[in-house]
Amino acid sequence: MQVDIKTTTVTQLRQTFSHTARAIGGDKPASRYQEATYGMQPLVNFHYRPLWQPEMELYDVRRTAVVMRDWYALKDPRQYYYGSYTITRSRQQEAMEKNLEFVEKRGLLRDLPEPLRAKLIHTLVPLRHLEWGANTNNCYITAYGFGVAITQATMFHAMDRLGLAQYLSRIGLSLDGNSGEALAEGKQLWMHDDTWQGLRRLVENLMVCEDWFELHVAQNLVLDGLLQPLVFQQFERRFSSQHGPALSLVTEFMNNWFEETSRWVDATIKTATAESAANSALIHGWVSHWREAVRVAIAPYADAVFIEDAADALAAVDAQFDSRIAKLGLKAAVDTGIAA
Amino acid sequence: MNMPITPQKPAKKLSLKDNYNLLTRGLGWETSYQDMDKVFAQDKFEGIKIHDWDKWEDPFRLTMDAYWKYQGEKEKKLYAIVDAFQQNNGQFNVTDARYINTLKLFLTGVSPLEYQAHRGFAMVGRNFRGTSARIAAQMQAIDELRHAQTQAHTISHYNKFFSGLHDPTHMFDRVWYLSVPKSYFEDAMSAGPFEFITAISFSFEYVLTNLLFMPFMSGAAYNGDMATVTFGFSAQSDESRHMTLGLEVVKFILEQDPDNVPIVQKWLDKWFWRGYRLLTLVSMMMDYMLPKKVMSWAEAWEMYFEQNGGALFNDLARYGIRMPKYHEVASKEKHRLSHEAWATFYNFSHAAAFHTWVPEESEMKWLAEKYPTTFDSLYRPRFEHWREQQQKGERFSNGTLPMLCQVCQVPMFFTEPDDPTKICFRETTYRDEKFHFCSDGCKDIFGNEPEKYVQAWLPVHQIYQGNCFRPGTDPTAPGFEPLAEVLQYYGFHVGEDGGEYLGSLDARNWTQWTGKPAVAE
Repeated sequence: MQVDIKTTTVTQLRQTFSHTARAIGGDKPASRYQEATYGMQPLVNFHYRPLWQPEMELYDVRRTAVVMRDWYALKDPRQYYYGSYTITRSRQQEAMEKNLEFVEKRGLLRDLPEPLRAKLIHTLVPLRHLEWGANTNNCYITAYGFGVAITQATMFHAMDRLGLAQYLSRIGLSLDGNSGEALAEGKQLWMHDDTWQGLRRLVENLMVCEDWFELHVAQNLVLDGLLQPLVFQQFERRFSSQHGPALSLVTEFMNNWFEETSRWVDATIKTATAESAANSALIHGWVSHWREAVRVAIAPYADAVFIEDAADALAAVDAQFDSRIAKLGLKAAVDTGIAA
Repeated sequence: MNMPITPQKPAKKLSLKDNYNLLTRGLGWETSYQDMDKVFAQDKFEGIKIHDWDKWEDPFRLTMDAYWKYQGEKEKKLYAIVDAFQQNNGQFNVTDARYINTLKLFLTGVSPLEYQAHRGFAMVGRNFRGTSARIAAQMQAIDELRHAQTQAHTISHYNKFFSGLHDPTHMFDRVWYLSVPKSYFEDAMSAGPFEFITAISFSFEYVLTNLLFMPFMSGAAYNGDMATVTFGFSAQSDESRHMTLGLEVVKFILEQDPDNVPIVQKWLDKWFWRGYRLLTLVSMMMDYMLPKKVMSWAEAWEMYFEQNGGALFNDLARYGIRMPKYHEVASKEKHRLSHEAWATFYNFSHAAAFHTWVPEESEMKWLAEKYPTTFDSLYRPRFEHWREQQQKGERFSNGTLPMLCQVCQVPMFFTEPDDPTKICFRETTYRDEKFHFCSDGCKDIFGNEPEKYVQAWLPVHQIYQGNCFRPGTDPTAPGFEPLAEVLQYYGFHVGEDGGEYLGSLDARNWTQWTGKPAVAE
């Protein structure tokens, strides 16, 4: 027997908001990502010029040299809006929490032989400051960038970087039994140790980079694209193969995160590059300029971490980066050393 | 492994506070390859002196893992309810279709402010040099994005069935009364980071949230709007964090240097008045637009400003802070604000994206009870007259455009503080041009920063200057109707989005879809 639930049907007047319809090519059912993204940012009729930058409007496309006909072309392939972003990260943090607890409970990092503990502190803990720099830079892009498509993703990215800084701090605490000594030592290294000064200089230079799209390229594509794999792939693999999986457990989040966020970074760079020859030239220039800056900054760090293996480790991440940017329509940097 | 394991002491237990401090406090550093004043170029020009950012006590101590966890949980629950609401056609459970007009006001006038707050807090989150203060601002930045997006998602379903909700941000950028909230927020964002956070975190979130955000949410609860009230409950814990931040910010600034006190006082004066004028729109929502009323505007003002606000400013007296200027004018206006505002919108309803109507007899009785000194003597006769006109088929509307205040941008309908029958006009001359204000409060604000407020994009001026037509419009064409063209520029569906409620598309659809009368009995 068939069971009928009686319902009344009502004809909807429309499927979505007009501004969403204009962006997706007509009035049709729109996704939550689309309704959360298109048209959210004010575009015209601004009242007052900012006291802090009177030559610009509050929202102004001129804050980068990149020119887009439609800034909403810089879509996020993950389709993150606040809800889907936090729900995803809350699942990931649950897994990471279990890993950290597992490692902490068994003292897997704390009880490592002293030289290995020292190695991990020297290699990883100062990175928390670098992540804080990445947070600062993504917060800048969020504040001054144009179009919700990219600025909401950089907001999530900024918070991710704070999360990474805090997970790196947790690794430090796991190494020092929650005394905070490893964090203090890490700060000393970041501020004064030669190994880290190249990277600190680079991060500080990024913090005063005014063109927000250049900053996106420099931080999120170039620096991250070279440093994250160096640490969380090259170093992590070498360390784990010799000393067991403890480090892999506490860096799993970072590895998954890098893979996931690279998809988004790549999509934005690829779209902006394909938009025009002028954009392409700009982005090429930025990539080669900042790649050279990263090369210089990273060398003392790679030497200290990998010793005689440094050249191999760097070559591996270089090759990985070359093939990545080739897919974005950017020529591999054959001429590293030539600044923009 | 060829090296011996070296067992260490077991890890010591960390308190929430120690854990937060270790994970957060030391992240920032004194830059040396770039000058700190270049890295943080914006936190000195306002004259606020901060000697020790470490004195900032973060009230929440929320690390990112906890943030993701709590917020992710909240989002899961919220979207489950929103989905159920949509599936069950929950939009037809509201009191009657007049209620939807509060959502129109909210989505076009408040939700865009959530987005603006998101960007404004991102600026502060970049520009302060104290690490904990920046993190607090960043968390609010992402929370505000949440609010803008969840509001769009919640109200999206109503948009599918009712008018006036279809193009909120396009309207926010253009429509005359929406320049009130827009200019308010852009005023704060175009200032420096300390003024922004004082304006928004303290004056707006801490002092006025219960008079802005909460009346909409309570109104939703009273009028059967499950979706919006669920959003409201879900946002409540965010809001209480934001309020606490507001108080923390102001205390921190005041404690850092005595020279900060007069600067902050001036901001509190300005932002109290700016915020209060913005609340004009809420006052009429509370007294006229909610079919089932929560409390009157006058009661809300007494409870949330005169009592709670009074106690707050008593607490701040030890820093040398006094009540904001013109708070007594706001108290004098509390018995007329909503009536003057609703009457004005009744006049210009055809140029608004929500409906207006004459209150029902039972509502006039309620208004008379709540406003015994003003309603029957001053406002009822006018509504009765309009009702008669309407019954004769001559629904009144005003074909001209109202003069706007140069600062708050509300039409100049407010009356003299001591005479509710006389419109309050103030004016001043600046660089040989005359500027008009609705009040001494707005005139003072102009006087302190005239170079800022002369820039205001005043919608009525802009219409008269011919700047509010769609591209390609020819104002010299025969039969050109300026007002009709302006409404096109606003993105209105003319004849559907605004005008009289009785007989409107919303009212007709409501009755057809629900079988219930357009005005609930």
